[in-house]
Amino acid sequence: MTAADAMSNWDRFVFTFFNADIATKYGWEILQGAGVTILAGLAVVITGIGAGFGLAALRAIGWKPVNFFIIVFVDIFRSLPPLAIILVLFFGFPNIGIVLPSLIVLWMSLGAVLAAFAEEIFWAGITSVPKGQWLAARSTGLTFAQTLRYVILPQAVRLGIPPLTNRAISITKNLALGSAIGVNEILGRANSALSMSANATPLTMGALLYVLVFIPLVIASRTLERNYRWGEH
Amino acid sequence: MSSTAAAPVSRYLLEARGVRKSFGPTEVLKGVDLLVEPGKLVFLIGPSGSGKSTLLRCCNRLEEPDSGSIIMDDVDLLSPRADINAARRQIGMVFQSFNLYPHLTVQKNITLALRKVVGMSTADANARAAEMLALVGLPDKAASYPAQLSGGQQQRIGIARSLALNPKIILMDEPTSALDPELVGSVLAVVKDLRDRGITMVIASHEMNFAREAADKVVFLDGGLVIEEGCAEDIFLRPQEDRTRRFLAQIRH
Amino acid sequence: MEQFTQEFFNLDVMAKVAPFLLQGLLQTLLLCSFLIPIGLVSGILVMLLTTSPYRLLRWPAIVAVDFFRAFPPLVLLVFVYAGLPFIGLRVPALVAVAVAFLINSASYYGEIYRAGMVSVPKGQREAARSTGLSATQTLLYVTLPQAIRNVLPDLLSNTVELVKLTTLASVISVPELLHSANLARSLTYNSSPLILAAIIYLLLLLPVVRLIARLEHRL
Ligand SMILES: Nc1ncnc2c1ncn2[C@@H]1O[C@H](COP(=O)(O)OP(=O)(O)OP(=O)(O)O)[C@@H](O)[C@H]1O
Ligand SMILES: [Mg+2]
Repeated sequence: MTAADAMSNWDRFVFTFFNADIATKYGWEILQGAGVTILAGLAVVITGIGAGFGLAALRAIGWKPVNFFIIVFVDIFRSLPPLAIILVLFFGFPNIGIVLPSLIVLWMSLGAVLAAFAEEIFWAGITSVPKGQWLAARSTGLTFAQTLRYVILPQAVRLGIPPLTNRAISITKNLALGSAIGVNEILGRANSALSMSANATPLTMGALLYVLVFIPLVIASRTLERNYRWGEH
Repeated sequence: MSSTAAAPVSRYLLEARGVRKSFGPTEVLKGVDLLVEPGKLVFLIGPSGSGKSTLLRCCNRLEEPDSGSIIMDDVDLLSPRADINAARRQIGMVFQSFNLYPHLTVQKNITLALRKVVGMSTADANARAAEMLALVGLPDKAASYPAQLSGGQQQRIGIARSLALNPKIILMDEPTSALDPELVGSVLAVVKDLRDRGITMVIASHEMNFAREAADKVVFLDGGLVIEEGCAEDIFLRPQEDRTRRFLAQIRH
Repeated sequence: MEQFTQEFFNLDVMAKVAPFLLQGLLQTLLLCSFLIPIGLVSGILVMLLTTSPYRLLRWPAIVAVDFFRAFPPLVLLVFVYAGLPFIGLRVPALVAVAVAFLINSASYYGEIYRAGMVSVPKGQREAARSTGLSATQTLLYVTLPQAIRNVLPDLLSNTVELVKLTTLASVISVPELLHSANLARSLTYNSSPLILAAIIYLLLLLPVVRLIARLEHRL
């Protein structure tokens, strides 16, 4: 291979994946996709964790029929692939007269999945709080609800934060699935720019944007895990 | 120092000289000698943090000494050519927290190194394990898991595990200090039995009564230095150094 | 209600598309049959790198793991499948799936093994080394088995995630279960195939999810 060939290969690589012209042309478009991803991500995280927390607290009351439904919900949404849920909501529901915008479908699907995982994590936290904590709190005259609210849940949440962070990240990354039902998030916009420009640079930008959005969270989760471990010993 | 072809055979089985070891800025061992004759029981005593554990761990290079020499049976353990895995096989180690493998049965705990390091067949290794279990008084525990045993029983298995490799010397780091008082006796009885069988041992321990009755030599370590050493009677009844006296006075109360 | 049943639980449609979906299921199982074992093993290699005492191995590995944990697997898949042909590297869809998901799952498995290794007390390694076991033997017979036992629920849970991940292959038209179901949906103008696929996923994964819950609560 001659030096000139190597050079032209390198040029071709840069032209294809790191093309400045194409980057400026579609940059703003894809950046707006990042806005959609971040907002949808926040919505998924807030509603998912909130609902999971609520379900876990409800389960702690110990009302058998309610618990049965919570467990069924949790197990099903932990087992189903998110894309399957998304497709059912997006393609199936219009046929029974419920038309949901694709962004809402994405939010509801991932929110439900995160709620299921969050419920399981909080519930594991609740059950791992020693029995003595309940006894001690009740013996000082706190009611059941007060014990739950002031003694048990704070400890359960503390235990649950590291696994919950990891889970929230991996579920929120599924926002890229929105591109399959036409949500205008990063990957969707990168994909259409890709086909319009016949160049891979939009894909590179999309990938980098995703990493930029998620890497702080991944690093935060690593830090949390480490502190948590130190706190234990 | 010239390297003579035929090194004079040392009268010591283990000969550690001038061992130094630092962790970061703090020097924990400041040039320690530890000389152990074959068949003897050496007791290592000293206040907490004096470097007893570190010294023992340097003797089989679980901790890498910064300088000094450690000669085991005329083999220089610190030489780059030393086969450390082979050497470790000849240096048994018993830990304060037993360190039995929780995922393996008692039998497998004992036979793992026999099979994987010595290369014994499973049948031979099992026979050897049974022999060792009889020796430590637990012949019926081969199929148990460590979690099913009391602390005293676990430590006797720990001793059996290192004994099975037929080591030239056994190092014990506070073998009884994690045990409830009523379990200590059973472990010390095993140690005494080993001594009577002529097995060389170095034990870091706070069991002064046992030391007085069983030790051939007592080494008092303080601040990373050997302050005083001698036979048990001399150290306990006629200590020469102030620090030794103060330490013994503290221990007695 | 009638309309709901017709749309989602139409037994006639389900019966008609079942053989087609079964083929998709086979493709899914095929994907899993190499993704899971290779993922489990390469995760161990990743763990060995991220816990290596040598900084030159450890740091690049940690950075790579974090990078790929931040990288949505679908984006990785599209990148491999749609991006590489631009520089003349046309990879078959199945290969793209294998590469993208293995990178993704090796990172996750690697982190799980690492947590497991951290949970094994230091004394275990020391005890093993003091009996003359080599570093490799110590890993193989003493520390790794304990690490795996300590993180078994997480390993199982990540394996469930990996099976669910294979549905993304449908985006690049690999004819796995969900892809077949979605195709059947568009041909029958009815969502029952999707529900049938969902039921198959539940049959496959729900027992494992139950098992994980049981293991976690026992711990
Ligand atoms: N891995 C290590 N890293 C840093 N410092 C260490 C390490 N191991 C031991 N030290 C320090 O070295 C000193 C000696 O420790 P060592 O465990 O040898 O003492 P010891 O005589 O065995 O004490 P004890 O009776 O409490 O077991 C202590 O100050 C300890 O904090
Ligand atoms: Mg010590």
